[in-house]
Amino acid sequence: MNKLLGLLLTFLMSFVVNAQVDSKKLRIGVEGAYPPFSQMGADGKLVGFDIDIANAICKEMKADCTLVTQDFDGMIPGLLAKKIDAVIASMSITEERKRSVDFSEKYYQTPGRFVAKADSKLEVTTEGLKGKRIGVQRTSIHDRFASASFPKSEIVRYGKQDDVFLDMTAGRLDGAVVDSIAAAQGFLKTAGGRGYGFIGPVFNDPKFFGVGAGIAVRKSDTELRDQLSAAIKAIRSNGAYKKIQDKYFDFDVYTDGAAAIAPSKKK
Amino acid sequence: MNVDAIIESMPLYFNGVLTTIKLLATALLVGLVFALPLGILRASPNLWIARPVWCFTYVIRGTPMLVQLFLVYYGLAQFEWMRESALWPWFRSAWFCAALAFAINTCAYTTEMLAGSIKATNAGELEAARSMGMSRATVLRRILLPSALRRALPAYSNEAIMMLHGTSLASIVTLMDLTGAAREMNSRFYLPFEAFLTAGAFYLALTFVLVSAFHLVEKRFLSHLRAR
Repeated sequence: MNKLLGLLLTFLMSFVVNAQVDSKKLRIGVEGAYPPFSQMGADGKLVGFDIDIANAICKEMKADCTLVTQDFDGMIPGLLAKKIDAVIASMSITEERKRSVDFSEKYYQTPGRFVAKADSKLEVTTEGLKGKRIGVQRTSIHDRFASASFPKSEIVRYGKQDDVFLDMTAGRLDGAVVDSIAAAQGFLKTAGGRGYGFIGPVFNDPKFFGVGAGIAVRKSDTELRDQLSAAIKAIRSNGAYKKIQDKYFDFDVYTDGAAAIAPSKKK
Repeated sequence: MNVDAIIESMPLYFNGVLTTIKLLATALLVGLVFALPLGILRASPNLWIARPVWCFTYVIRGTPMLVQLFLVYYGLAQFEWMRESALWPWFRSAWFCAALAFAINTCAYTTEMLAGSIKATNAGELEAARSMGMSRATVLRRILLPSALRRALPAYSNEAIMMLHGTSLASIVTLMDLTGAAREMNSRFYLPFEAFLTAGAFYLALTFVLVSAFHLVEKRFLSHLRAR
């Protein structure tokens, strides 16, 4: 009996030891379903802009990082529950989120757009979208923005961005409010996105869209936050950031991705 | 515990309960209506009749309901012919897809339950009925079904409760059922404990109602089995 108890105790202790967060050990929440920023490659490995940035930052900080994949709406709860230590998932820095978590400096910035059938002739206004079904990713800035801006529409919320696109091609949605780059590269360029396009204005109201995407950490982890900000600065200046950016985009994604989308079509 | 956030989210949960109840009632009703004839066929001694039904129940009981829901909701929508068919207005709706998947699922389980119950009928009762000159249809109507349905009742109440909990999968295909309401509240307040605890309390209350209802029905139909 005592032996069994001892075994059980050792077993439990191993969890306690694992749960302690070593300063060099970081568990980073990533999404894995948000191309081109974060997606599963054909071989099941994570690839994308967020993933490369995460790896570059870890290298810069000389930290031992584990990437943890999970749905976007579970990121902040996971962070608060200490399941993960930082979130690198294209999460925009907004006032609302700052009430629960803290953010590093931004690592990129892109606006939102309305995506629909290119020939749908929808007017992107409260009245124009009345009664229409608009897809968003749950808890994203686009969810908040669409819920507030199109109160007469039916806002349909999904766990994954990919599922929004899937249901739009299936004809279950009239449109979607999406990050401009995620839409351009993750959908419009793909086979499923044929016939779809951007409609209406660029959405970048700082009240909803914040000041760019940052790395979220718990409020108590100010040291980690500053280390992350410093690491972003470092990879910006040593060329690592530009290398990653050039791998995915042909424009400056740090300052304003939107400016780059329109001209790239005319080119 | 943040009670204010729970109170503020109550309208969400009330709508969620309605969706959950509607889904459950539709699935159980449709499932039962189809399970009755299928169960009789499944219990048939003729293998050419029993085997096809066995195939259906084996496939449905052998795969997770989530997989079935994904197949109906995302899978069928993949095909062009489906999206252009006359059925598409139905399959376009997440509610219809979820109700259909749940109904098929519960139908398979109920079929097996009824078949087992029919097979367990006392052979002496059937012999007696036949020697009285009853036709097969009359035996079915007067002897077989009344006793088989009664015997299946306790097991069926379990199936109904499992189905209630199964409807929580609907939230994955964008439906705002009870679990959907909890996820929505969680996303608004980042309070997963309060959000899912509230949903749990609602499910518990619904389960209590179901159990009480079945208890009444059992009391009415199984009274002859009680000890006196």
